[in-house]
Amino acid sequence: MIPLTWYLVVAAGLFCIGLYGALARRNAVGVLMGIELMLNAVNINMVAFWRYGAVAQMTGQLFAIFVITVAAAEAAVGLALIIAIYRQRRTVNVEEIDSMKG
Amino acid sequence: MLQAVFIVLSLVTLGSAAMVVTSRSLFRSALWLILAFFGIAGIFILLHAEFLAVVQVLIYIGAISTLIIFAIMLSRNAMDVKGQRFNEQWGVVAGFSILLFVILLALLTRVQWHVTAEPVPPDAIARLGGAFVGPYVVPFEVASVLLVVAMIGAIIIARERE
Repeated sequence: MIPLTWYLVVAAGLFCIGLYGALARRNAVGVLMGIELMLNAVNINMVAFWRYGAVAQMTGQLFAIFVITVAAAEAAVGLALIIAIYRQRRTVNVEEIDSMKG
Repeated sequence: MLQAVFIVLSLVTLGSAAMVVTSRSLFRSALWLILAFFGIAGIFILLHAEFLAVVQVLIYIGAISTLIIFAIMLSRNAMDVKGQRFNEQWGVVAGFSILLFVILLALLTRVQWHVTAEPVPPDAIARLGGAFVGPYVVPFEVASVLLVVAMIGAIIIARERE
């Protein structure tokens, strides 16, 4: 059987790659893709802890499904925002979208 | 044997995730993202969460990736491969991400997990459905309301205004 730590290390790596993408990308769609990677890393952790913990209760898988639901809602609203911003300002570069900067 | 499958799957996932965040063309990033989602679905199958693997393929690959590709195609200047991929703080962010990974690695390898390797019950999917309409019925309903709100909100935000 594969040790639990392996799954957690892979999830940690995926989370850090997603974090880098979310913070370093210039394009807003790229930022969203980084956030999706981070949410997927969390899901791997949830399912791994379910498999190696209380397998009879389905709490781990249940919360993974809730995370997927929230990710779907976030992607829909986020991409709608990106399209609306693009229509108004002709750019999806997060550095140029700074009208709320103090 | 299982270990080898796991290593291949995690290398595919991490490699394509790295390509997602570093690829010059955003469209290629989206295609690498699909491969990363497939790798994660494979990891779910290794963890005996077959239902979640199917949900992953349906929602992430079938819906969210398609949505992302649509958004890339609708915003024209996202398609060009010229210009900078990263903002000027990318060096700091890279250092911070690597630092976070090292901290997590040190933590994860040191903790002794109380692992119980029981077999997965054969009626796992039935139990999952039972939990959704039993003890977790309120979060389930809230999630459905959230989806409706997100759908209406997305339509209103993206609507063409005169």
